[in-house]
Amino acid sequence: MALERLKKPWPDHRAERLLGAVSLSVGVVIIAMIVFVTIRAWPIFQHNGLSWLFDAHPPASLEGEVSRMSAASSSPTAGDYTLSAWPVIYGTLLTTGMAVVLGLVLALLSSIFIVELAPARVTRVVIPVVRLLASVPSVIYGLIGILVLVPYVGNHLVTEQQRKSIQGTAQLTGESLLVTVVILTVMITPIMIALICEALSSVPSSWREGAIALGLNPLRAVRAVTLKAVRPAIVAAAVLATARALGEAVMISMVSGGKFFSPRLGDGVVFFYEPLRTLASTIVDYREGLSSPPLGATIYAVAFLLLFAAFVLSVSGYLVKLPLRKYQTRG
Amino acid sequence: MSTTVATASSGRGRRSSPMSWRWGDRLVLVLAWLAGILLCVLAAAIVLYMGYRGIQYLRPDSIFSRPQLSTDQSGTGGFLDPLLGTLLLTAIGVALALPIGVACAVWMTEYGRPGWLARIVESSIEIVAGTPDIVIAIFGLAVFQVSLLAPFSFTSEGGGVYGRSFIAAGAMMSLLALPPLYAASRDGLLAVPGHMREAAFALGKTRITTIRRVLVPNVRSNIATGVTLGISRIIGSTAIVLILLGGFLRFEPQGSAPAIDLLRGTGSSLTSYIYYNSPAGEGAAPQKAYAAAFVLLIFVLALNLIVERIGRAHASSTGLTTTAGVV
Repeated sequence: MALERLKKPWPDHRAERLLGAVSLSVGVVIIAMIVFVTIRAWPIFQHNGLSWLFDAHPPASLEGEVSRMSAASSSPTAGDYTLSAWPVIYGTLLTTGMAVVLGLVLALLSSIFIVELAPARVTRVVIPVVRLLASVPSVIYGLIGILVLVPYVGNHLVTEQQRKSIQGTAQLTGESLLVTVVILTVMITPIMIALICEALSSVPSSWREGAIALGLNPLRAVRAVTLKAVRPAIVAAAVLATARALGEAVMISMVSGGKFFSPRLGDGVVFFYEPLRTLASTIVDYREGLSSPPLGATIYAVAFLLLFAAFVLSVSGYLVKLPLRKYQTRG
Repeated sequence: MSTTVATASSGRGRRSSPMSWRWGDRLVLVLAWLAGILLCVLAAAIVLYMGYRGIQYLRPDSIFSRPQLSTDQSGTGGFLDPLLGTLLLTAIGVALALPIGVACAVWMTEYGRPGWLARIVESSIEIVAGTPDIVIAIFGLAVFQVSLLAPFSFTSEGGGVYGRSFIAAGAMMSLLALPPLYAASRDGLLAVPGHMREAAFALGKTRITTIRRVLVPNVRSNIATGVTLGISRIIGSTAIVLILLGGFLRFEPQGSAPAIDLLRGTGSSLTSYIYYNSPAGEGAAPQKAYAAAFVLLIFVLALNLIVERIGRAHASSTGLTTTAGVV
């Protein structure tokens, strides 16, 4: 009976409404996501205000706070909710910032290479390579990191002297800022290359040819004309890559050492060998602790921060792409 | 005057040789080539290293036997359950994402009224695309812990709802697959020339009949690309599996109804198996992690190849955009 009705031509207005409702369901999911995460995270905001985002407590206290939370009974006291998440936020900003800056340089150079310099035969190899690097799952990157790069850094790069210099505060096992940033860079560069390449090749070639006709060499023409024209796309690429880097959880949880520790610039080179933890990797590391109310609220508060950051990045990505519409049919 | 300068500086022919460029330009040229070569070396290193380890550790036995029951995985046992778990998650994720993604794309391109609603839908999908999978996972856990949804997930003896099941994980996986599916179908629909729609309308077809009989069949290859991209997102996602299936390795059915008990129960996927057996997990069997990662990488490479094959028909300028798969 129902099948019979499906086979007959559908009335147009009903089809429109049905399709519209299905499309709108995605919006409902987003709202549900915001509501659920906010409700679960609420106790943290209630007990800490916004001060838990900043460096209010002594640096080592986060470790203690979290272990007290996981030990808390099922009816926790207000004190159990005390939290200062700054070390984790700092870790996130550090890894994301470094990876995006490194990745952006690499992506700009490779995009110029792919679009302007490489012979067609080379391009045919490089483009699948970029696509491959983008599609390798994060757990494989993490596996290579923890089984190859981490032992290498721990056994060959870190010296005994460096190990001793910060004894008592952190152990230098090789699970470090360095490995995290290197792998994160490799993971986010392909995204930027894709967006920048797309923009570069959409710039009318006559602009560049005009510059070359005026006596610039091809590379200078790219820098003077093409790169200037696609500046919004470069920013958009960086924004998208930032979002990816912020959200990377599993790989970072595997190679970053999983310690509530803030790498200190004052330590010199050792800075790069120090362990850390990011917002996203905290969720992975404490996934079994959700049943304890304070720790669960903490994890949802961390998720709330990530969601908020993703939201802000989405909006700014949209805003920077606006000027691009001038010479691109669609963004 | 200027002609003589140009000829003098560029030496021969129309193109100036890099030898006559300024040092800064030459440096950028060299760095750009190095960057391109670096990418190739990295990809080759990853594939060759994983291939070497895979051949070293992968045995037919590891694909066809179930994981050991103990925490320590260093003995016998393979990853049959995780492999099937990955397939199951993919099936659920695609089954949910495909109709929603195509419906969104159709509604956006063919109807899209009122305008503000269209903007909401478009930005919702963009936000879904930008949300980290770890947040999607933790959101899924919160949703499926609602006691109304208890029938869909793993429950304890005492009635506690864990919110963990293949249904929960698959539903969240569909959110991962949705954005590429939507983008690919939308790009396809936008590329269908307007006269095809007009021809159908002129024959007296309604809008929805045109969509069903003309447009959707026409963009089948785009939809296939979208599905492939969605699948490669799903099989690569670790965070959702870790959180929504938990730390199990074997299938843990829930209830007694056949097939449904599997969906309501938990289990594992290749990604969580790799995580569990790496030094970051408890399995302490890196060789098994390598073997499973090799299989996963082969899947990813195969999906890449499929995207390329389908995408060749409607390749964009560089072949790296939404339809072809990086973003």
